[in-house]
Amino acid sequence: MRYAMAIDTKKCVGCSDCVVSCQTENDVPIGYCRDWVVEVTDGTYPQLEIEIRSERCNQCDNSPCVRCCPTGASHYAEGGIVLVTPNKCIGCGACITSCPYDARYAHPDGYVDKCTFCIHRIKKGLEPACVAACPTKCMYFGDLDDPNSKVSEVLKKRKWKTLIPEAGTEPQLYFLI
Amino acid sequence: MREEIIVSGRANPLIDPHLHIWHWQIPLYLFLGGLAAGILFFAGLYTILGKEKEYPTAVRLAPHIVPFVLIIGLFALFLDLKHKLYFWRLYTTIRLESPMSWGAWVLMLVTPLSFIWSAIHIKEIFPKWNWKFKILIFLNEFFTKYKLAIAWVMAISSVILGVYTGILFSAFNARPLWNTSILGPLFLASGLSAGAAVIMLFSKNHHERTTFSKIDITIIVVELFLIIHMFMGFLASTEVQIKAAELFLGGPYTASFWIFVVILGMIIPVILEVLELKKYKIPVLIPATLVLFGSLMLRFLISFAGQESRWLY
Repeated sequence: MRYAMAIDTKKCVGCSDCVVSCQTENDVPIGYCRDWVVEVTDGTYPQLEIEIRSERCNQCDNSPCVRCCPTGASHYAEGGIVLVTPNKCIGCGACITSCPYDARYAHPDGYVDKCTFCIHRIKKGLEPACVAACPTKCMYFGDLDDPNSKVSEVLKKRKWKTLIPEAGTEPQLYFLI
Repeated sequence: MREEIIVSGRANPLIDPHLHIWHWQIPLYLFLGGLAAGILFFAGLYTILGKEKEYPTAVRLAPHIVPFVLIIGLFALFLDLKHKLYFWRLYTTIRLESPMSWGAWVLMLVTPLSFIWSAIHIKEIFPKWNWKFKILIFLNEFFTKYKLAIAWVMAISSVILGVYTGILFSAFNARPLWNTSILGPLFLASGLSAGAAVIMLFSKNHHERTTFSKIDITIIVVELFLIIHMFMGFLASTEVQIKAAELFLGGPYTASFWIFVVILGMIIPVILEVLELKKYKIPVLIPATLVLFGSLMLRFLISFAGQESRWLY
């Protein structure tokens, strides 16, 4: 099993509902966020091109955060989801530093926190909160090992890219372009 | 033109607008760790070479500060932790892939060794010291008997400690400025030169002082070469590393790096030490302090600038 998410940059309008739904679902402390929306503008007026991406932890296959964790608090859970065990985490900050996507932060309670792909919802058969809340339905979640999952289907049909694959992290967040 | 903004307003503390998760604690610890490694290395080395009488400060006197240096360093590390009460988790596992795990375990070896070394040479400072209790007298005799073995372990583990202070940074490929294996030898060299500076400072023996002055000059020259190599490597690398090197080559850290680390911390002390070897009267305090200052600044600047360097996407 390999969980992954595909996000359609052509359909995303940058409303930030994914961010708010995540904060609500996961009790993210005020002033912090596990996901965020990036808007990239290319060109010179009037020839402008905009790409909007809802970003979060890339749940990398080769995660630098798991590699550098001195206590094993950062680990791979089922489906390749990268998780932090709070009572093993010493808050040294190595994983925060190691993430080229800056996807982690130190929770005010001390341990390091990040996107979990809403593993608690997946276990109940639900989609991650951001995917469920998206008003344009621009996010697809599922198992890459299952050829019939939503995410596998859409990746077969569309062109896609991942973020800084040259960093060697093997990210599992796919952006449809 | 390309403009990239986070429209949902991400402002995670210590992460945005640019990473600054590690403050003064980490660079201070890396400096103290390197300094401790430097002093212990020379103490171990000259014991192994059987030149204890020739270099009494290096072997018997200077190592007394190491336990203090390490304790301050470890305390700084502890202050850096954000989930402090769980620090013991470092010692419930060994993670070979994680440099920080290596560091924690090497410190677990080096710190007690430094206490033992200091204890068996306590008479150097308090000539009338008496261990009083039988067990302590026995331990003192036991460790003194195996001093050579301890010296070997100390020399090797201090090199690992010195290299680790650099590898801790270079293992992060997310921070292009750190992502060069030259940081390992560079920080080791910087630690050794800081150690040599302290020995010079404490030494009252002219022969020993000249030897360490020569050692210090050699190591600093090696350091300068390593710095040049580091920038050559960056400039011949990918865009992210070129941008990272520019932090020191025209960017916001240029003046502080070249003035504090290279000129004040390396070139001036080398000139002063050479002049001293040529019989000019120069108080040893000046070059030694400058070397220590340069070594500290190197850690601070690499640490802070490295956190600002990033992948571009």
